[in-house]
Amino acid sequence: MAVISETIPGTRNSLTRLWNNQQARSVIIQILTVAIVFALLALILRNVVNNLEAIGKEFSFKFLMYPAAYDITFSPFIEYTSRSTHLRAAVVGILNTLLVAVCGIVLATVMGFLMGILRLSKNWLINRLVYCFLEFTRNVPVLLHILFIHGIIVTQLRPPRQAMNFADSFFLSNRGFFIPQPVWEPIAWIIAVVFIVSVTFVFFFRRWAKKVQDETGRVYPVFWISAGVIVGATAVAFIATGMPLSWSIPELRGFNFKGGLAIKPEFIALWLALSYYTSCFIAEIVRAGILAVSYGQTEAAAALGLTRNRTLQLIVIPQAIRVIIPPLASQYLNLTKNSSLAIAIGYMDVVATVGGITLMQTGKEMETMIIVLLTYLVISMVISGFMNWFNKKTALVER
Amino acid sequence: MAEATETYKVGQHPDLPPPRSEVGVIGWVKYNLLSTPFNVIMTLLAIWFLWSIIPPIFEWAVLDSVWTAESRKACWAKMEVPEGAACWAFIKDRIGLFIYGFYPADLRWRVNLSFVLMVLAIVSVLYENMPGRKFGLWYAVAFPFITGWLLVGGLGLTHVDTDQFGGIMLTFIIGITGISFSLPIGILLALGRRSKLPVIRVLCVLIIEFIRGVPLIALLFIASTMLNYFLPPGTAFDLLLRVLIMVTVFSSAYIAEVIRGGLQGIPNGQYEAADSLGLTYTKAHLLIILPQALKISIPGIVNTFIGLYKDTTLVLIIGMLDPLGVGRASLADAVWAGLAREVYIFVAVFFFICCFSMSRYSLWLEKRLSTEN
Repeated sequence: MAVISETIPGTRNSLTRLWNNQQARSVIIQILTVAIVFALLALILRNVVNNLEAIGKEFSFKFLMYPAAYDITFSPFIEYTSRSTHLRAAVVGILNTLLVAVCGIVLATVMGFLMGILRLSKNWLINRLVYCFLEFTRNVPVLLHILFIHGIIVTQLRPPRQAMNFADSFFLSNRGFFIPQPVWEPIAWIIAVVFIVSVTFVFFFRRWAKKVQDETGRVYPVFWISAGVIVGATAVAFIATGMPLSWSIPELRGFNFKGGLAIKPEFIALWLALSYYTSCFIAEIVRAGILAVSYGQTEAAAALGLTRNRTLQLIVIPQAIRVIIPPLASQYLNLTKNSSLAIAIGYMDVVATVGGITLMQTGKEMETMIIVLLTYLVISMVISGFMNWFNKKTALVER
Repeated sequence: MAEATETYKVGQHPDLPPPRSEVGVIGWVKYNLLSTPFNVIMTLLAIWFLWSIIPPIFEWAVLDSVWTAESRKACWAKMEVPEGAACWAFIKDRIGLFIYGFYPADLRWRVNLSFVLMVLAIVSVLYENMPGRKFGLWYAVAFPFITGWLLVGGLGLTHVDTDQFGGIMLTFIIGITGISFSLPIGILLALGRRSKLPVIRVLCVLIIEFIRGVPLIALLFIASTMLNYFLPPGTAFDLLLRVLIMVTVFSSAYIAEVIRGGLQGIPNGQYEAADSLGLTYTKAHLLIILPQALKISIPGIVNTFIGLYKDTTLVLIIGMLDPLGVGRASLADAVWAGLAREVYIFVAVFFFICCFSMSRYSLWLEKRLSTEN
């Protein structure tokens, strides 16, 4: 193409000739794009500087070191008081986001796989029942689910004095769910070390057993040995260190419970709503993934004499997983991003702490939003990176 | 017994109907509900579940419900058991707020007219067999601008501030604007991401991945608190407009990814065929590539639209009153407070109807466009 357009002689001026040359044109377009983008960025930057100057604000992250002066009622991992800094509030928010995201992903996966399998049930009634639930839940905004569950917990459950009591140690009330908290004595680090060592041992043992099986065909009862080592070693360590564990049981004192672990209603509402909402999408993905494995594969496995369980384990699930992983990853990302709706019910995640109260108190819109955006970008990148790695690991190896 | 003893020559036996236990209702029940012991248990569990859940809900929502009352107390006074049934009188009392938000009551005909225009526009886009569809499509393109003028006012109509918009009307405004503008922008972004020019590709990848990596609520916060910093000093524009821009940008990134999937599904032969016909980039894409790519991405596109439509509820967090926001505000009213269930169910049913019909339409369209036999 380039050669032809250059050899056309005569009347056209050099500019149109340049434009008709494909390579030249692509260079021109790209240079123009870069110029426009940088011009826009420069313009925005100038506007930002001018605007900030006009109202006398400066761009700095110094505010992170000032006392936050607001309370966060739910901070399970690190100490936080209203005298802590904004930075600490931000960290609490990020940890809370991660907590609800991880818990949500676990529960959503379990529920999603369960419902996806039920949806494939030959039992018409079960099948329809699950279908109705899925369709209704999927087509209603997740914010409404969150508000609804929160409303149920706050208005329908009884106050602590009349809390639902399970075996005198679990209490369900409108102030949250109170459960016994394990209290470890300092020596317990030995148990943790033993546990980690045994897991590492099992990891290498499995690799070795796989290698032996590939080379000699000898099969070890890998599962039982691994389970035995992990449970056994940890139990021995537990007994040897003198059982350094006691439970702090929640007790009713005055108007609320003392001791134990308090799971706040905001967390429960957000966790449950996000989980069952996302699990409906996961159920459809699982169903599609299992249906994508053609029935011939199952029949072939049966012809080879594999049992039903072995067929599922060795033939159907590995192939279904390949189809399931990529959309599953994007559901995990959606769940994490939807956890930002926490602000609607007052669960203190990163949007509610940094992007909410800190923003209101300091007026640092730019800086706080940068923190919030970066947090989510990093979480998204980690999740999609992990899922890409897992996807590559399970992908079909083609020559 | 006479028939049983009758004898036939080999090959002459008439076809017998299948045993009664294998066909019809009995056969269906046998195979679909009671095939194995485990299935029997599941069926019984399901029946028990339905039995324990449907009659109480039906009684609560329909049989015992109260439709006319002045307040929550009056509502409960009419029931056999106070708080024992739905008080739809609340929804009835606030229905104006749920539909129009705080739009001035004497100007509501403009909203009603917009609803009619909206239905016309939707019909002319969705039904191919409509007479004069070409005109209808041009109308659909003009529709957002006509309605915008009708709702906001100016040019002869009384001006209405957009902060008075609310309720279902606001959901429709955000949803339809987002849907109609995010598709073309999404297509452009998807084409950009597959462009051979590295600068454009990198730019599109950056835009798409950034937007997909952050939650919509963060973008809405940016729209409500700091977008003005990016603009020349003194320019302040409407919050609703800023929200519309953010929602559109947000869903275009998702649409772009869906369409990129569709584009990747087009075999290279199609591009080569277009090239060998001498079609330019634009013509090749408009005539050959995009029609096929869009067709295979319909389910994904509609799913994104449904997601966008549901996400319109998020505006309540930055203080706009969509149906959910109206509901929450009404719950704060002392006369009606405490009727949260009614509000949530009403809003849920509204969203369910909209989203479910969208997904049904997409299924129908997929089937109609399918060229497989």
